[in-house]
Amino acid sequence: MRLVILDNYDLASEWAAKYICNRIIQFRPGQDRYFTLGLPTGSTPLGCYKKLIEYHKNGDLSFKYVKTFNMDEYVGLPRNHPESYHSYMWNNFFKHIDIDPNNAHILDGNATDLQAECDAFEKKIKEAGGIDLFVGGIGPDGHIAFNEPGSSLVSRTRLKTLAMDTILANAKYFDGDLSKVPTMALTVGVGTVMDAREVMILITGAHKAFALYKAIEEGVNHMWTVSAFQQHPRTIFVCDEDATLELRVKTVKYFKAILPLLLILFSLKDLELRNLGLHSLPFSFLTIYVLNSFCLC
Amino acid sequence: MRGGQVAARAPVIQFTNCRILRGGALLREDLWVRGGRILDPEKLFFEERRVADEQRDCGGCILAPGFIDVQINGGFGVDFSQASEDVGSGVALVARRILSHGVTSFCPTLVTSPLEVYHKVLPQIPVKSGGPHGAGVLGVHLEGPFISREKRGAHPEAHLRSFEADAFQDVLATYGGLDNVRIVTLAPELGHSHEVIRELTALGICVSLGHSVADLGTAEEAVQSGATFITHLFNAMLPFHHRDPGIVGLLTSDRLPAGRRIFYGMIADGIHTNPAALRIAHRAHPKGLVLVTDAVPALGLGNGRHTLGQQEVEVEGLTAYVAGTNTLSGSIAPMDACVRHFLQATGCSVESALEAASLHPAQLLGLEKCKGTLDFGADADFVVLDDSLHVRATYISGELVWQAEEARP
Repeated sequence: MRLVILDNYDLASEWAAKYICNRIIQFRPGQDRYFTLGLPTGSTPLGCYKKLIEYHKNGDLSFKYVKTFNMDEYVGLPRNHPESYHSYMWNNFFKHIDIDPNNAHILDGNATDLQAECDAFEKKIKEAGGIDLFVGGIGPDGHIAFNEPGSSLVSRTRLKTLAMDTILANAKYFDGDLSKVPTMALTVGVGTVMDAREVMILITGAHKAFALYKAIEEGVNHMWTVSAFQQHPRTIFVCDEDATLELRVKTVKYFKAILPLLLILFSLKDLELRNLGLHSLPFSFLTIYVLNSFCLC
Repeated sequence: MRGGQVAARAPVIQFTNCRILRGGALLREDLWVRGGRILDPEKLFFEERRVADEQRDCGGCILAPGFIDVQINGGFGVDFSQASEDVGSGVALVARRILSHGVTSFCPTLVTSPLEVYHKVLPQIPVKSGGPHGAGVLGVHLEGPFISREKRGAHPEAHLRSFEADAFQDVLATYGGLDNVRIVTLAPELGHSHEVIRELTALGICVSLGHSVADLGTAEEAVQSGATFITHLFNAMLPFHHRDPGIVGLLTSDRLPAGRRIFYGMIADGIHTNPAALRIAHRAHPKGLVLVTDAVPALGLGNGRHTLGQQEVEVEGLTAYVAGTNTLSGSIAPMDACVRHFLQATGCSVESALEAASLHPAQLLGLEKCKGTLDFGADADFVVLDDSLHVRATYISGELVWQAEEARP
């Protein structure tokens, strides 16, 4: 894995957004060649979404030839409920960018046949050629998407009952009233995310530190489902300092030492490359060149 | 369903780079319009899987619901209380000219007049939707003749009336019918007024108290019978007295029917109401304040002397005088000027000032689902304002119906 540690939430969000932006631009998406992106919800990726919107508004990034697949959606919550993941994605991302609505896929938590809805979602991912980059987060109980502790590490998209930890964590979005929080959700499986060609997990905040420790310093365990990605060929964990609080000093020192080799991603406006006459290159070119030079899996 | 299908094929227009008034706040959101109505873009995205057909950049302006004027007696030389053969043209002229003031709907107002005038004029002012031809007519506001002699103001004494024994029939006979009527101003101290108020309310007509010497008790009973509006608060009524607040006391009365809100019109032209009085009313009951122009035919005529019917009027800026005197001759401040003055005099938020000219009159008339709001499904009647609340453009049913000179290409 690659472990990228930034000083704070804003820097971590920016790094992750630049990475995604780079990947899309480097892929050169077009009419017959869509870039497929897996997307998360929650408070962690908000900063990353804001940055992606900024790059789009600057004219650096278009989502015209990008297909997205969200990880999950609550069951039984009306689609236009302010806390549904449809509302979240519309307000925090889709309404600010140029994605084709036919290419934005989110599970329908109000489908009449929920398992059929899940199977159809898997099929759509397959038809799109699989996921190029799946972006995700981690729950305080170490879950990826809604794959709660005990979920099979080879699971596919299905209906899950939420664990108490998750319901408690979500209560803040429902006026702190536990009875209002949905108890079931449709979610991509651990296996579904493992199938992606590349995975990026965003982890920020001290409250996620223990889960990160369990996910990367202990064994692969279905009680901490993010640990499954230890067996994925291409995973990056992007975190802030606070999220590393439960890791060994040795782990943190090792990954921090090799971070400069990854080339901290700056927009060409920030660098003095313009003085060297390199400003005419797309800013991604330099960064991807350097990233690919160092195989850090 | 036919109507739904036609609307679904209409182009989707997205107004971007703007702040919209929604839910009492100015939000940095885009306004989506289709088929003359405000559209829910999230629903469009997820259910119809469509994007906008056209985007229009609003240059960072404010988009507010179109203003609604529920008391306007004429303008641009037109007098609604004049029994001409072609009342329709006069109404149409005013309707078109007030678009530049940001008004998208209005109630042409008739002052106390002889029976013949009502019988001739009323049938010629039908309720009409707005459009490029002009602001929409919501119905007529009949101010009089059932008002107090003492508080008649400029209304002609000869044509005042009181209710006869069969009061409601008397009303019908006076007006010749209530088909196009939306608001009736009357004095509740007149005998038999309660049955009239009840009958009018039952017909869906808004009853307003004004030109009256009623005390608070009488006014409260009138509200209990169905009255919901006060015509130009402070003017043509007993002044506030601490032992009998009169009609003004309705603003803080505890004897109103549960769940009922009393609305009150205010002329905020900087001349007819002292700013301190404006502030007292606003602070006492902000949610009931309805900005009205109560404009007279001299509105929009420009500085100088004008002949209006039997009167000679001298216009100087926002003030109209009886020619050669210092006597005020009615209000001539356009609605957008009233909104600006109201904002400056009360120090209220921009949102409050805008709601006083749009949401509150819509609520008064029970139209808040489709007018006076930018909620999804409402009619796309809105006004584009710069930060100083000057009108840059006016839209009715999503169509541009007026644009400021500088804004034109």
